[in-house]
Amino acid sequence: MINVKRRTLLTRTAGLATAAFFGQQSAFASVDEVTAAIDAFTKGVTPDSGVITLTTPEIAENGNSVPIAVSVDSPMTEDDHVVSVMLLAEDNPNPEIATFHFTPHSGQASASTRMRLAQTQNVVAVAKMSSGAFHSASNNIKVTIGGCGG
Amino acid sequence: MSMFSRRDFLQMATVTAAATAFSGSLTKVAAQQSLSQDDLLSFKSTGKLTLLHITDIHAQLKPLYFRPPSENIGVGDYAGIPPHLVGDDFLKHFGLERGSALAYAHTMVDYVNMARTYGRLGGLDRTATLVKAIRAERGDNNVLLLDGGDTWQGSYTALKTGAQDMVDCMRLLAPAAMVGHWEFTLGEERLLELVEALDYPFLASNIVDNDWEEPVFDSTLFHDVGESRVAVIGQAMPYTPIANPRWMFPNWSFGLRTQLLAANIKAARAQGADVVVLLSHNGFDVDRKLAATVPGIDVILTGHTHDAIPEAVTVGSTIILSSGSHGKYLGRVDLEVRQGKVVGHTSKLIPVFADVITPDNQMSAEIDRVRAPYEEELGRVIGKTDSLLYRRGNFNGTWDDLLCEGMMAVRDAEFAFSPGFRWGTTLLPGDDITIEDLYTQTAMTYPAVYRLEFTGAQIHEILEDVCDNLFNPDPFFQQGGDMVRVGGMGYTVSPSSAIGSRITNMINLDTGEAVDPDKSYVVAGWASVNEAVEGPAIYDVMEEYFDSQSTISVLPNQAVNVID
Repeated sequence: MINVKRRTLLTRTAGLATAAFFGQQSAFASVDEVTAAIDAFTKGVTPDSGVITLTTPEIAENGNSVPIAVSVDSPMTEDDHVVSVMLLAEDNPNPEIATFHFTPHSGQASASTRMRLAQTQNVVAVAKMSSGAFHSASNNIKVTIGGCGG
Repeated sequence: MSMFSRRDFLQMATVTAAATAFSGSLTKVAAQQSLSQDDLLSFKSTGKLTLLHITDIHAQLKPLYFRPPSENIGVGDYAGIPPHLVGDDFLKHFGLERGSALAYAHTMVDYVNMARTYGRLGGLDRTATLVKAIRAERGDNNVLLLDGGDTWQGSYTALKTGAQDMVDCMRLLAPAAMVGHWEFTLGEERLLELVEALDYPFLASNIVDNDWEEPVFDSTLFHDVGESRVAVIGQAMPYTPIANPRWMFPNWSFGLRTQLLAANIKAARAQGADVVVLLSHNGFDVDRKLAATVPGIDVILTGHTHDAIPEAVTVGSTIILSSGSHGKYLGRVDLEVRQGKVVGHTSKLIPVFADVITPDNQMSAEIDRVRAPYEEELGRVIGKTDSLLYRRGNFNGTWDDLLCEGMMAVRDAEFAFSPGFRWGTTLLPGDDITIEDLYTQTAMTYPAVYRLEFTGAQIHEILEDVCDNLFNPDPFFQQGGDMVRVGGMGYTVSPSSAIGSRITNMINLDTGEAVDPDKSYVVAGWASVNEAVEGPAIYDVMEEYFDSQSTISVLPNQAVNVID
């Protein structure tokens, strides 16, 4: 065997860190916090499904910068338009990502941004309509260590 | 409808029927006499248009052995259906005789005897002969040869020439288009240099730049055959920046991008396409789901998962052909198109039996030319094996266990991680191990063997994470690759369980003790996707290990216990 060499290697490399594989652990939002944020936005109204198209990757390429696009099907007239759209990441330490505000002059209710995701989780979009109705949609996004693809 | 020429199939499936009782007793000469180039080429053709598909060659220019997997587990809706059948289950499903040429090409049943009987498969000069014959039969313009990617990585010469060897040889084969995966691990600059010099397009519907999300490559190739217009849309491996080092191509974003694909299909139809072909490096289950969720695709030529299925599978009205890997097969689909619609098809995977196909002279000469500067080093013997050495399968192959042993010895580690790549050729018991053989297992551009301390809990987290990338019940969440191979440790795995509860009973094989979540262990491993990983290259580590060994003996792995 090659013990001398192995010992040398051991000394030389013993200090290598493990941080490369693992991100920082932090305190995650509670379910209550997410529910409370949605309730505050909808004033307690239960959102319907449909109308919202939420576009996200199935698996994040980089958890620090995940693209997200949202669009809401609406004629965007004085009488019938989208007022605002709130985005939430259920398991981030701070779940609120952004709230976009629209007027009939916006022409269409669509927006895109990038967000940081701490771990695999659901991202939720809630849209407030001028009629007083609410809609929501949600996508699961996987955050993985990666590697080993063949 | 009989999509498959049953008669052709049976010819190859039963040539050795008389010898099956004495598996392997058929002499090599007899086997080759009973199988001919004409048998391999015989095909029940239909329509005008022929699609030829070659994929995941992994830079293998010469004939080789490649043992099919012992495990290829499907989960949820994908359990127990092609491609998730191995061994006798595979033979039964496709009606193949044990001991037949096709049984050898597609399964690991009695592998060593069958390998000694039927010899090697593949070799790009043999493939060139088949392609030329089919072009002559059907007419040049009626044949579209499509390269499914993972063509430019996996050998010593591809590594040393930056894939110039493969580009030069493939130019002679003249595909109409290609897509990519491991190609990106050449780095953005080298990849673009090669792509710009190609005679044919490098397609990717699903790659956009990070700044503006605009397409980086062409998405679609149009080709007219008679009255019909064919659109070929390309799809790169969607999870390349996750499975491989993103820092090597930091400006590009991949992903499945099904909405973009749907838009490109719509655009192709608007430009008069009668037939839409997806040239895909998504993997089989992803494409099976894609066929059911994205309308308007007539044919998917799929790669990445290295699945070799004797005939095309249909999902709704979509035909899916999966043409294996390493140049072992040439896939063929003939399409009958009437009034702008695909109304019939025939298909077959042609196994490239190297000993019965006359090599194409022009390609042979080119292969010799690209290898000439390296021939002496390629043939340098560094070891000898008493055992069958192979990789492919969901869990540790013997080659993987050997790499793990080597890393643990040379880097003085308690455990080792070796990636679950699907590429890498097979050696038979008694074979010498050459530099060429070692590099078919290890030739890639981020080969550093790291040495790190992980707690038992962290090791568990890594195994769970990788396992979910393989066994997530939704294929759109499968990132690719087989299970990470672990050296020095045994475990129990339940593929059908949820993430976090698949891996149990982790045992330190050296001490026989359970792996302690709170204790730190020294782990060596290679192919980290992180930037600036320190350590010697895996092929150098292994060469040092082989120097210290007389003959290699590796028994099939017993340390991974698979349960329901």
